[in-house]
Amino acid sequence: MSAAAGARGLSLGRIVLYAILGLFAIFYMLPLFVMIVTSFKSLDEIRLGDMLGLPQQPTADAWFAAWQTSCIGLTCEGLKGYFWNSIKMVVPAVFISTILGSLNGYVLTKWRFPGHRWVFALMLFGCFIPFQSVLVPMALILGKLGIAGTTAGLVLVHVVYGLGFTTLFFRNYYEAFPNELIRAAQIDGASFFQIFRRIMLPSSGPIIVVTVIFQFTNIWNDFLFGASFASGDSAPMTVALNNLVNTSTGVREYNVYMAAAIIAALPTLLVYIISGRYFVRGLMAGAVKG
Amino acid sequence: MSVEQTVEAVPQVLAARNQPRPDSPAGLWLQRHLPNLVLTPSLLAIGLFVYGFILWTIYLSFTRSKILPVYAFVGTEAHQRLWSTPNWYKALENLAIFGSLYIIICLALGLFLAILIDQKIRGEGLFRPIFLYPMALSFIVTGTAWKWFLNPGYGLQKTVQDWGWTSFTFDWISSTDMAIYTVVIAGVWQVSGFVMAMFLAGLRGIDNDMLRAAQIDGASAFNTYRRIVIPQLRPIFLSAFVVLAHMAIKSYDLVVALTGGGPGNATELPATFMYSYTFTRNQMAIGAASAVVMLAIIAAVIIPYLYLELKEKKS
Amino acid sequence: MGFLEIRNVKKRYGGTDVLKGIDISIEQGDFLVLVGPSGCGKSTLLNLIAGLDQLSEGEIWINGVMVNDLHPSKRDIAMVFQSYALYPNMTVAENVVFGLEMRGVPKPEREAAVAEVAKILQIEHLLTRKPSQLSGGQRQRVAMGRALVRKPLVFLFDEPLSNLDAKLRVEMRTEIKRLHQNMGATIVYVTHDQIEAMTLATQIAVMNGGEIQQLGSPKEIYNRPVNTFVASFMGSPSMNMIPAVLGNGGVEIASGNGAPISLRLPANGRGPNAASGRKVILGLRPEAVTDPGAADRNGAVTDANCHVEVVEPAGSDTFAVMRLGGVEVIARMRADTDLKPGQTAPFAFNMEKAVLFDPQSGNRID
Repeated sequence: MSAAAGARGLSLGRIVLYAILGLFAIFYMLPLFVMIVTSFKSLDEIRLGDMLGLPQQPTADAWFAAWQTSCIGLTCEGLKGYFWNSIKMVVPAVFISTILGSLNGYVLTKWRFPGHRWVFALMLFGCFIPFQSVLVPMALILGKLGIAGTTAGLVLVHVVYGLGFTTLFFRNYYEAFPNELIRAAQIDGASFFQIFRRIMLPSSGPIIVVTVIFQFTNIWNDFLFGASFASGDSAPMTVALNNLVNTSTGVREYNVYMAAAIIAALPTLLVYIISGRYFVRGLMAGAVKG
Repeated sequence: MSVEQTVEAVPQVLAARNQPRPDSPAGLWLQRHLPNLVLTPSLLAIGLFVYGFILWTIYLSFTRSKILPVYAFVGTEAHQRLWSTPNWYKALENLAIFGSLYIIICLALGLFLAILIDQKIRGEGLFRPIFLYPMALSFIVTGTAWKWFLNPGYGLQKTVQDWGWTSFTFDWISSTDMAIYTVVIAGVWQVSGFVMAMFLAGLRGIDNDMLRAAQIDGASAFNTYRRIVIPQLRPIFLSAFVVLAHMAIKSYDLVVALTGGGPGNATELPATFMYSYTFTRNQMAIGAASAVVMLAIIAAVIIPYLYLELKEKKS
Repeated sequence: MGFLEIRNVKKRYGGTDVLKGIDISIEQGDFLVLVGPSGCGKSTLLNLIAGLDQLSEGEIWINGVMVNDLHPSKRDIAMVFQSYALYPNMTVAENVVFGLEMRGVPKPEREAAVAEVAKILQIEHLLTRKPSQLSGGQRQRVAMGRALVRKPLVFLFDEPLSNLDAKLRVEMRTEIKRLHQNMGATIVYVTHDQIEAMTLATQIAVMNGGEIQQLGSPKEIYNRPVNTFVASFMGSPSMNMIPAVLGNGGVEIASGNGAPISLRLPANGRGPNAASGRKVILGLRPEAVTDPGAADRNGAVTDANCHVEVVEPAGSDTFAVMRLGGVEVIARMRADTDLKPGQTAPFAFNMEKAVLFDPQSGNRID
């Protein structure tokens, strides 16, 4: 039908349609555009106004400053340390929560026990709770465990509160996986873990990608847990960015702030650009089940 | 029939082909319970970290905890103090404004964009990712960007004035009356593309033959959508509503990055209220009481939804 | 004791009895078909034999070993599933030997086993493919290969042909029969298709409502059904069930108009000894009602005129539908019969094949 429309040429309705879509595209792109151009301007140029104008004398100074020399809290070593904090937090947290989620989904679909539906419902509700309602006990427990204010503590937090989602993803995926395959494998003599490793996992590629992306995005972008449980040098990227922008004193270096914001957004944006399809699928699976 | 009542897993069997050999009692026990053993750590973790902690928080809201928790039960004192705090009412009022606008605009805009994209347009592969990419960003990044964009001294207002429209003002972010609406704008900007994607998936799932039948029945495009398509998107409306509602109630990062709750307490939300009373104002019991209220609001939205979803799955 | 012995096996799900005490005993090399309408418990019974489901009561013995508490992999059985259940991530060869691999059979032996089975099933050219690249019939062969390679004591087939189209189904049926003849395997086979049951089985168990209605050879089941359920379930078109009254060494049937038809029963002592005037159901296979010219005249054959309502040519035969004793009766005629609907024509009733049932209990009267 689109080919036919093309052959007919653009009707008035079509022109309006594209105009509206174009306007919204501008609405969605504008903040990103402004961030990018601002990050390449000098402070002097920013003071001249014209936020939308391209930089007259493009400079990457703000980027270097954001990465290496900007002051966050009392230290002035830029974001780089916090970037690595986030990496050190995200990688194990995503890995562990995905593995556990896949095992949970496997048990909840293929090795059912009476009450499995209740167990799943309780796990699912855990996804939706406002984390404010667990914040204080978590802080106390992390203190007791001696991992308050550390990356290890954040990994634990993200694994626990990501489990509901990862279990949900794998459960819904394995639900459609034929039970007869499991029966055949049982007759073939495969054990619980052999069935998982040899038959379930090799067919789980898409859902693993979806889960990893979803968890990566969520954990990287988290602020509340980072702000609550990670202090000073172990803070993740989002907390550092907020500290840089909102608690620093002296001259407000908007170009550095914008560069810092882009740096903070880059990993998840890259994931989105590379694998948008899976990204959307994860979002949908988290919202609309099945 | 599912595998529900079936036999348990075996560890690798090296038994000769034609000689069945019974397992040892310990082996049998392990076979029978291995799946449950695998699930147990997760269940314990969720039991403790979700439900245990919720109970703990509820208990704290019945104490006089200040900077540190104390465990003497004093009844509803903290709740009474919470509900006599003007700031808390401001937070609830803001949540009502922000939540309702955020949900309504996201639903309307998401549906509108989805319908536009569904017109077999060219460049769908361009528009869709552009509408959706903000969802990949952290709320902190979004807040930082919009804070700059809405800054009266450097941002949109200044730029438009420099273009020659000198009377143009857009200083909501520094206005106590209007600042909450800037949170709505930034929130909508971030999430509406995702709502669009949900609706688009729903639209793509509608049977094409039905649309052809409507065409033959002489329905206009407008009526086709109003009478046939949109009513069929009801489940999507429900899901999107639940997602948006729970995001609105939990909204914290965006406000922190965009307005810091200000000017004054103009953009205070329950989430920021809870955080500041618990961690900076050292009124832990009141903070806990506010967290309990947040949990109750979310539970009122989520539990019926989960009940419906899981019940449908059953049949 | 039989090679496969099922003793008083019961299965309950929640409050419902799915199997109400099943007893079956077959010998090595037997081909047992469990047949019945859906929900009769035949698949449940197969799963119990496989060990995929736990029985509530009773015992299952395979080759002298009580297997109740043995894991499926230790019962020395192999199963072919309705959906084939091929592992999607493995090649055909890997699928076939997975069971041997899990049992720790060394690689050279496994490879030899695949080669042997692939040759028997003519799937040598498919060994490196994935299941998704196979047609339905090819998947079926691979699923059978996976069972064959194990050389188990008992093969279990769960409606293996029901996902194939009609032509392929007939081909594969022959193939399975040939395999059974060549290998002398012991097979338990579940189907709802009575033709599959007749063609394949050495023993048929007709099941309904969680009970075995009749266990016997295909011939016994077909010719001497124990009750009206078995009689009407087996055979296509199914057996005519005509209300009749005993009398004068034969039966009388009310015909739509005119005098009742009187049919003489064979005098071989198999006829019922019951008193005259007793109401019965006369069971007659369609092929026992035919053109007088085509009838087998040895024995108790009676000719009678009947009114033909519908004529259905089916290629190899033509079926004539008439109304006798208030029910529709189907006669199997020669293909070239010149019967016309509305005509009254003579038919030969071969009472040698007649079976009488009690109208109340539905059981056969001897």
